[in-house]
Amino acid sequence: MRYTLGMAGALALFWLMNSGHYSPLLLTLGAASVVLVTWIARRMDVVDRESMPLHLLSRVPRYFLWLSGQIIASNLDLVRQTWSRNPDYEPQVARLPLPQQSDICRVVYANSINLTPGTLTVEISADHLLVHSLSARGMASLEGGEMSRRVSELEQ
Amino acid sequence: MSAILEPLSSVCLLLGSFLLLTGALGFLRFADFYARLHACGVTETLATALIILGLMLQATDSALPQFKLLLILLFVLFSSPTASHALAKAAWNAGVRPRDRRGRRDIALPPGDR
Repeated sequence: MRYTLGMAGALALFWLMNSGHYSPLLLTLGAASVVLVTWIARRMDVVDRESMPLHLLSRVPRYFLWLSGQIIASNLDLVRQTWSRNPDYEPQVARLPLPQQSDICRVVYANSINLTPGTLTVEISADHLLVHSLSARGMASLEGGEMSRRVSELEQ
Repeated sequence: MSAILEPLSSVCLLLGSFLLLTGALGFLRFADFYARLHACGVTETLATALIILGLMLQATDSALPQFKLLLILLFVLFSSPTASHALAKAAWNAGVRPRDRRGRRDIALPPGDR
C-alpha cells in the first residue's frame, strides 16, 4: 500500500511541477491520469520495493553530496590531464569486488563509478566489476572501498 | 537580486562551456577508446551540471522552469553513465582492449582476462 501511495504522490508532484495550469478542469484531468497510471502500474505488478525504493530516500541526499564532491575532484583532474602538454595518465584495468546484494545498490555503485570521470565500469558479473581507470590513483581510491562502503550503507 | 544572479549565471555558463570544450579536446587527444570515453565523462557530468545551473539562475517569475531543468539534469545523470557502460561493454565484447597513453601497447589485464 505504501508503495502505491508513494507512486501516486510522486506522479502527482511530477504533474503539478510540469503543468503550470491549475484550473479546476485541468487539475481534475491530472488527478484522473495519476489514478489511471497508478492503477495500470499496479495491474502490471511493477509497484514494489524495487521500483519505489522509498527506504533509500532518507539516505540518498547525503550520498549524493559526497558523490558530487568526488565528481568535481575527478573532473578537475581530467581537465588538467587534457590541457597539459604531456598528459601523464596511466590506464589500468582491474577486477573489483561487488559486495552489494540488491540490484538497485549494484546499479548505484556501477553508475557512481561511471559518473566520476576517470573510472569506468566495463563489465558486471555476479560478484565482480571490471573497471577501467585512467590513473593509478583513481583505481587505488576505488580499491580503498570508500564508495563501495557508502553504497552498501544505503541499503541497510 | 538579479544584479547578483545575472553574473553568477554567466560564470556558470562560461565554465560549463569551457568544460564542454575540454571534453571535446580530450576526446581528440586521448589515445584509445576507453580513455576517450573518460573524456566524454567530463562533458556529461560537471559541464552539464554547470550549464543547467547557469540556466536555472536566469531569473523567471515562476519556479517551474527551474524544476524542469533540474529534472533534465537528473535524467542526464541517470542515463549517461548507463550509456557509457553500454559502449564500454560493447567494445570489450568486440575484443577492443585498453592501450597505454600513447596508444601503442595493450596494458596488463587482471589475471584470467584475455
